[in-house]
Amino acid sequence: MTAPLLTVENLRVSFPTHSGRVEVVKGLSFTLGRERLGIVGESGSGKSMTGRSILKLIRKPGLVTADKLNFEGIDILDQNEKQMRAIRGARISMVMQDPKFSLNPVMTVGEQIAEALVTHQKLPRRDVQARIIEMLHAVRINDPERVARLYPHEVSGGMGQRIMIAMMLIPEPELLIADEPTSALDVSVQAQVLDIIDELVRNKGMGLILISHDLNLVSRYCDRILVMNAGHVVEECAAGQLANAQHPYTRGLLAAMPVINETRDELPVLDRTQWAGT
Amino acid sequence: MNTRDWLLADSPASRWQANAGRAYRVFTALMRNPLSVLGGVIILVLLLTAAFAPWIAPYSPTGQDLTSRLLPPSATNWMGTDELGRDIFSRVVWGSQITLTIVLLVALISAPLGLLVGAVAGYFGGWIDRILMGFTDVFLSLPKLILALAFVAALGPGINNAIIAIAITSWPAYARIARAETLTIRNAEYISAVQLAGGGPIRIIVQHILPLCTSSMIIRVTLDMAGVILTAAGLGFIGLGAQPPLPEWGAMISRGRTFILDQWWVATMPGFAIIIVSLGFCFLGDGLRDVLDPKSEGKS
Amino acid sequence: MNAIELNNLDISYGDTKVVHGINLAIAEGESFALVGESGSGKSTILRAIAGLAPDWTGAISIMGKPRSHGVDHRVSRQVQMVFQDPYGSLHPRKTIDAALTEPLAIHGIGNRGERVEAMLTAVGLDQRFRFRFPHQLSGGQRQRVAIARALMLEPKVMLLDEPTSALDVSVQAEILNLLKRLRREQGLTFLLVTHNLPVVSFLCDRLAVMKQGRVVEIADVAQLKAGDLKQPYSRELLAATEGG
Repeated sequence: MTAPLLTVENLRVSFPTHSGRVEVVKGLSFTLGRERLGIVGESGSGKSMTGRSILKLIRKPGLVTADKLNFEGIDILDQNEKQMRAIRGARISMVMQDPKFSLNPVMTVGEQIAEALVTHQKLPRRDVQARIIEMLHAVRINDPERVARLYPHEVSGGMGQRIMIAMMLIPEPELLIADEPTSALDVSVQAQVLDIIDELVRNKGMGLILISHDLNLVSRYCDRILVMNAGHVVEECAAGQLANAQHPYTRGLLAAMPVINETRDELPVLDRTQWAGT
Repeated sequence: MNTRDWLLADSPASRWQANAGRAYRVFTALMRNPLSVLGGVIILVLLLTAAFAPWIAPYSPTGQDLTSRLLPPSATNWMGTDELGRDIFSRVVWGSQITLTIVLLVALISAPLGLLVGAVAGYFGGWIDRILMGFTDVFLSLPKLILALAFVAALGPGINNAIIAIAITSWPAYARIARAETLTIRNAEYISAVQLAGGGPIRIIVQHILPLCTSSMIIRVTLDMAGVILTAAGLGFIGLGAQPPLPEWGAMISRGRTFILDQWWVATMPGFAIIIVSLGFCFLGDGLRDVLDPKSEGKS
Repeated sequence: MNAIELNNLDISYGDTKVVHGINLAIAEGESFALVGESGSGKSTILRAIAGLAPDWTGAISIMGKPRSHGVDHRVSRQVQMVFQDPYGSLHPRKTIDAALTEPLAIHGIGNRGERVEAMLTAVGLDQRFRFRFPHQLSGGQRQRVAIARALMLEPKVMLLDEPTSALDVSVQAEILNLLKRLRREQGLTFLLVTHNLPVVSFLCDRLAVMKQGRVVEIADVAQLKAGDLKQPYSRELLAATEGG
């Protein structure tokens, strides 16, 4: 692996509550090359906060600290809001869970993609149009000219998410953070959307951080997996090695999932007290 | 175990303790906002002043002393005297009773009426909604003060009629809010669950929808109180509200207008009272909004 | 006797018909699943049986008796429903105790305190949760409360609308175990709506695959486990789940 794209050392995210500050990410470290990293965890594990803190999207009074948060030689924590805006979208992009809330309802799909592009790059008008059509093609939208003229409410959830991906990838970022990109979609559409992300990330040699609660999905689409629980990474392994996971939490998660050919009469349940301290 | 622990207990032992604990949390959250504390203090002072007016006021509010007309503020007459030699401070103190009466009665009449109309319209929808809301819109489309004026003119001037007129003009806004809120609540799954258990519309509206509308209603009513005081003062000012010699603040300003250039205190002192009390209600309402807003609550 | 029978059921929302000509018979004590993607009309069928989607034609019978279009007290005591979103199905200003007592109060059933205590135990919630507000509970705990509320009237049929899809995997396992145990203990009939085929495999005896408001295929869970579904659409769903 060449020089890492992103280096995170001892990342901590905390929020104030009635009883003092509570850390939701407790000293997370990892490096990311031009590869596909999966972050898996249940709700409250801090996985989404990790993704957001890389883009400095944690709002006050939330607090992000790290010994190192370095993206291609840029110290993210040192950047001011204006510098961050130049990075967000252009160099690091993020796809969120639900396209319904991420797309502007009063702009056409084409206008929104164009906006994502020209904010970061000055291009002649005709080139912009060509790039949009090309990008919509890339996310496997048939008839991109027509779709570019539609409003977000006129497209289905799966197509909306593909449009989001087009929007996020058109400025050609080096790193894509996908936070539960398919949990709002039907199963058959999920695979389609993830295949598109996968293909584009490979072709463009980008880095990908896929954040999800779904172990199987992450193991299918990533090279490496971090399993998070209560703000800590409890397990790090290659995607293919998930079945041999060591940590009881990971093993518990795997066991708790029913399978299509279910023979167990009762599903094993995680004993949450067991690793509360780790 | 002290009272605070009992109120903040994680696992209350009774329904009463659970509700008391919730009220206490709202109260402490309110206390953290300095402006709402200020608002609360102002309202508290208003309440105390109204309750103890006979002991606080140094003179009678109506007792005339024509030898000491239009005296400027001094040690004996803190806010000066008016054109009939009445002590303005005493009149302002007694006037707090009238203001409080107006505010409370208007709130007690208009808020429940608006809530009920709005919740019924919103829950049932269809033609019930159309009739009730059509009726509401007729009231809403007329300027408040003009409508109040018309009512007072029809009913005859006087403090009671002013209260009725203001109440009649302020319920439609509450009905609108209650309806909007009911529309978002009525399709919630917890309402469906009550329907499935066999609960009728009265039970659902009274026990499930109204409690959720009340917090926004309390906020709105508190914020509107300033407006009510001003409308009452406005009616008093044009002589259709409280009648002399009642020390109503608006009426007092109206009388003082004649002397505003030479004896500024006559109109200004009751004016201050109106501003301070209005501000108090505004601050408190703002604080309540932050604390009671159902959207920000319960997502911890 | 069939717990639920649907004959030629069409359901509409406003002017659009979303469910077409459904015929289903679910035996007493059976656990039956309706599977399909969003928009397939599976939840709508559940709502119609519950009485929450009154705009239907055809016939719905519950425990051998045809039901009317709205909610009535007899049906309330026979059929109850658990909703998908544990955050939206409990009244935010009411304690757990109030939520569980309400069905008893509506039907004038006495002994409420004891019944609530017993039900909390049955769904695996400690008594100290009794006077908490929903926001003091986790998603899984809320779903337990929702199940408890549905069971307060001792119904025979439980309609489950994606009861675990909003929950974490480990919590899903707990709720699935709970549902399975309750069904065994109380002899309940389940009608489960879900898009998650492994859940069907764990909890159900039979399933109907739905697409665009119609039933495509009715199969035994044994067929599902063996990958032996007949219709191309059913096989497609199965392939997507297995991650083909």
